Amino acid sequence: MTANIDMPALAVFIFFFVLVTAMGFFASRWRRAESLDHLDEWGLGGRKFGTWITWFLVGGDFYTAYTVIAVPALVYAIGAYGFFALPYTIIVYPLVFAVMPLLWKAAKERGYVTAGDVVRGTYGSRALELAVASTGVIATMPYIALQLIGMEVAIKALGLTGEMPIILAFLVLALYTYSSGLRAPALIAFVKDIMIYIVVLAAIIVVPSKLGGYSAVFSAADAAFEAKGKGGILLDPAQLVPYVTLALGSALAAFMYPHTLTGIFASSGANTIRKNAVLLPAYTLLLGLLALLGYMGHAAGLQLQSNNDVVPTLFKTLFPGWFAGFAFSAIAIGALVPAAVMSIGAANLFTRNFWKVWVNPDVTPAGEAQVAKITSMLVKVGALLAILILPTQFALDLQLLGGLWILQTLPALVFGLYTSWFRAPALLAGWAAGFIGGSALVWSDGLKPLHALAFDGMTVSVYTGLLALALNVAVAVVVNLVVPAKETADDLTVAEADSRS
Amino acid sequence: MIRLLLLAPYIGLLWVPFYNFEEPKLFGFPFFYWYQLAWVPLTSLLTYFVYRSVRHDG
Repeated sequence: MTANIDMPALAVFIFFFVLVTAMGFFASRWRRAESLDHLDEWGLGGRKFGTWITWFLVGGDFYTAYTVIAVPALVYAIGAYGFFALPYTIIVYPLVFAVMPLLWKAAKERGYVTAGDVVRGTYGSRALELAVASTGVIATMPYIALQLIGMEVAIKALGLTGEMPIILAFLVLALYTYSSGLRAPALIAFVKDIMIYIVVLAAIIVVPSKLGGYSAVFSAADAAFEAKGKGGILLDPAQLVPYVTLALGSALAAFMYPHTLTGIFASSGANTIRKNAVLLPAYTLLLGLLALLGYMGHAAGLQLQSNNDVVPTLFKTLFPGWFAGFAFSAIAIGALVPAAVMSIGAANLFTRNFWKVWVNPDVTPAGEAQVAKITSMLVKVGALLAILILPTQFALDLQLLGGLWILQTLPALVFGLYTSWFRAPALLAGWAAGFIGGSALVWSDGLKPLHALAFDGMTVSVYTGLLALALNVAVAVVVNLVVPAKETADDLTVAEADSRS
Repeated sequence: MIRLLLLAPYIGLLWVPFYNFEEPKLFGFPFFYWYQLAWVPLTSLLTYFVYRSVRHDG
């Protein structure tokens, strides 16, 4: 079992792991608050993160470890189609620029911590609040599990086998997230992101020079797809609509997730968010170049057991042990930041929109922080157990559905910023239609995210999440027109809702 | 009106027939790749123009 361990790589890995662990615990004193016993402090870092901290935090938590493994793996497997992540992570930013400053202002003025808070405050509906909050939690759980998969791949590449390393890593993560809250991933994100930048820059400069330049890389990939008879370095006509609809749907969903919203709410102001919409695309450039590692895998003639091994194997083959160790540390640490923020985002939702509403309405701010801390632990343990017990494919399928689910919260969360025409029952009906209808479509298509539509003889495949969103909006419009405006017993008035937050 | 610049990346990237070819290549990259990569700094720049024009309210 120990025969394949690369000692220099392992030493580098342990050094960085210990470094970020120390930083995670130290983070509770960083930009020290009066007390961490308040959800604004533990769960949002005091809403004081300026432009650079937000840049590192959101970059570190949106471009996850799983991305680093999975995007090149997809590009390795099928070519150009895997690149949809690039247009997706470009067009997401004009949207962030236009929408998120408005959402931040509403959150700051009224003390919202979560998407559920926003919805309750805007529409005064507990039912809609519960729908949005529980969607956020269940969409996030498999996402955390994916980070574990990314970490597993990196740890396995070091030659470590068994489940102990990953259990240990996650336990440490759970402990410092518990004690430091959002400050821990914010501080660790600095290290993680700089490491990832170094790794990717080294890869895109060194690897092509060893493989004969980018022309050679692209022709090797082209030849490999030709030989395989599947995939290609350009899109075939049937892939055009799936490519753009996946890009657009993913972009619309991206900042509805609790972890990305947490990064937005934790920033110090609307302008901080606008500046980040200008600066965050730097990570997208990185992602685009990283995706090319998939093609470099073909040029290097790698023999892989699983597509997910393309990045680790490439580094092991072409770089000295210590640098491969550095790259694997970057990926493993890269998993810690999003996993921490995701568990905090989910814990905030549970505390604010479930515990406080249904279990203990009189909970104090300190009590809220305590519930959130414990929830963040449970969420991580749950994800860990899911990975250890259930088949990996289960997490992947759920994550896929999670993207569709979280997209269904967009109307409730965003429309209210622009119009007061929609009312809670309509948005709730739309959410339910999109959620159930979309899930059923994905299920009937064999857990594939694309649904084939026939237009007079022509068949076009469209990202199911977008279809579900269209259904969601259509149902919301119809119900809003049909159902007369009156308060249902279930609803709080807006004034009441405000006084509670 | 300057806010309309934010729509440019959607048009440039969501209409794939604009860029689904190999030629012209740049530094060995087929057009498909460098065109999309070029939209990254371009989108930043356009967003920056809009940023400068909005009222900076905190």
